[in-house]
Amino acid sequence: MASTTLTAPVETTAKTRTKTPSWVWSLPPVAALAVVFLYPLYLVVEQSLRPDTGGTSLQPYADVFASSAFREALGTTVWLAVGSTAGCLVLGFVLALVIAFVPFPGGKAVAKFIDVFLSFPSFLITLALLFVYGQVGMANGLWTDVTGAASGPFQFLATPWGVLLAEITYFTPFVMRPLLAAFSQVDTAQLEVASSLGARPARIVRQVILPEALPALAAGGSLVLVMCLNEFGIVLFTGAKGVTTLPMLVYGKAILESDYPGACVVAVVNVAISVGLYGLYRVVSRRVGA
Amino acid sequence: MAERSSGIRFDRVSVAYGGGGARTVALDSLDLTVEPGEVMALLGPSGSGKTTALRAVAGFVRPTSGRVLIGERDVTDLPPHKRGIGMVVQQYALFPHMRVEDNVAFGMKAQKVPKGEIPGRVAEALELTGMAAYAKRYPRELSGGQQQRVAIARALAIRPGVLLLDEPLSALDAQLRSGMLAELARLHRELPDVSILYVTHDQVEALTLADRITVMDRARLQDVGTPQDLYRRPRTEFTASFVGNANLLPVTVGSGEKGTVSFGQAELKVPTQDVAAGATATLCVRPHLVGLGDGPNSLTGEVAEVQWRGSTHRLFVDVDGHRVKADLRELREPPALGERVTVHFAPEDAVLLAAGVAEDG
Repeated sequence: MASTTLTAPVETTAKTRTKTPSWVWSLPPVAALAVVFLYPLYLVVEQSLRPDTGGTSLQPYADVFASSAFREALGTTVWLAVGSTAGCLVLGFVLALVIAFVPFPGGKAVAKFIDVFLSFPSFLITLALLFVYGQVGMANGLWTDVTGAASGPFQFLATPWGVLLAEITYFTPFVMRPLLAAFSQVDTAQLEVASSLGARPARIVRQVILPEALPALAAGGSLVLVMCLNEFGIVLFTGAKGVTTLPMLVYGKAILESDYPGACVVAVVNVAISVGLYGLYRVVSRRVGA
Repeated sequence: MAERSSGIRFDRVSVAYGGGGARTVALDSLDLTVEPGEVMALLGPSGSGKTTALRAVAGFVRPTSGRVLIGERDVTDLPPHKRGIGMVVQQYALFPHMRVEDNVAFGMKAQKVPKGEIPGRVAEALELTGMAAYAKRYPRELSGGQQQRVAIARALAIRPGVLLLDEPLSALDAQLRSGMLAELARLHRELPDVSILYVTHDQVEALTLADRITVMDRARLQDVGTPQDLYRRPRTEFTASFVGNANLLPVTVGSGEKGTVSFGQAELKVPTQDVAAGATATLCVRPHLVGLGDGPNSLTGEVAEVQWRGSTHRLFVDVDGHRVKADLRELREPPALGERVTVHFAPEDAVLLAAGVAEDG
């Protein structure tokens, strides 16, 4: 009797569980994602296929691709993103290397500051650079005070190089963070043994540390690349009038020209480039075993 | 395989960390010479300074004072990569992204050995360590013992005069450790010119492998000698207890007949030693030299514990408030707890340690 009483609920529970397929539990989050993200994205794609003349066609794509402004923005976006990513990788690797392996007073505080830096908005860094290198910034002010010249030599902030500097300054910590985590996992005994075998520091960095940091470097680099492709605030705040990136073009077409199909085409291209690069990263990282 | 034979000399080497009140002495005036081709074990508990001494030779620790010499060369101020030593550490420290052959070739490439020479030397080192069949594998595809063999091959491939082994067998299980000990002994027979500094806290490894053992404790050298000397005639209580876990009995040297000491109510005969009559001293007797039953130096006490260890029994007998350990061949009928038994040892098997020699070496 007792055994009957005990086994009955267990059987019931088991039956109940087999009746509810596990995929059902994934429905609520998928539905939420669809409502807040996929549906708006669908609307953007749909709008990109509806020219002002009515109907559904690829005419908006043809128009946008034919315009020199788009091609210029695409080129600018890609070279700025690639250049910034390369700069961030080099600078981030060197700085992370120093913080992780060269003991100096305050090293831990600097590592902690990297985390804080990640929470800063991008325009803040650009604003700070404006204070230093802007037309009426500290550097030019110092120059004009000392030389008596009418203007200072630092006029690069409103050029693509200014955007590049601002992006490298802002995004480098995004490379450093995963690198520092990876470096903390490197067995220091490996470095010591390498050294005892006759390897100089440069060889140890190249042949021992770098290969082990590659997955982190790839992760940080791809993140920065995608963020640079979509960066808006930095370009806007530098006031670089000649620098038009895809996000700036979307803003211009949608807000200033009220060309919504055109804006949506550029936005779709931007998303396609981002997703494509992310896919490329996944393929490459799988190949290197990351 | 070794290109040159170099000894190691510690010339009053001290290492200290921190400053002021927080100053920690990790190594205190170590004076020690490792002869060319000798295997010297640095044996001691954690924090005894043995690893610091090894790291001072490797160049990873800068002595606060004193000099480190490899051969005739003062290497105190040389960076590690210029010292030309091989090093094997507890966790193998193989480069995980390199195949076995690339791990072994790493040192030679770093030292700019002619390219044509490297494959032959890699093969030679792997052959020596029995790992030739695994040249194309990655470290993750090897067992712990195999990884350690590769680490040894990598260290030997650069043909060092000095090989530093830092607890190389600690990460292996007991069976593998025993096998690797035999391998290391064979390697040293095949490479008699390589001086080996072997850091361990395991007395069996030190006794098995070393030509001489340096016993360290609290950053200082406590004792140095051949394994047999340290085991049979330890100079200090620390050596006696750390090497072989000896019985240490507090005794008073008799004023009457020479070579007699008193332990509680018992009068014991010991080898004649230069200890003043009436002085307190410590009598050291190895557990395996203590027998059950009446004999020349008999002690009667109560059995406090009996441990069966397969081929032996270890008895713990409380005699006059002191616990005496006896390792006996497996007993058919071991005594019961609380039973009164008599144990004995031969006078020539005891060593009398004078008070004051105890800890400061």
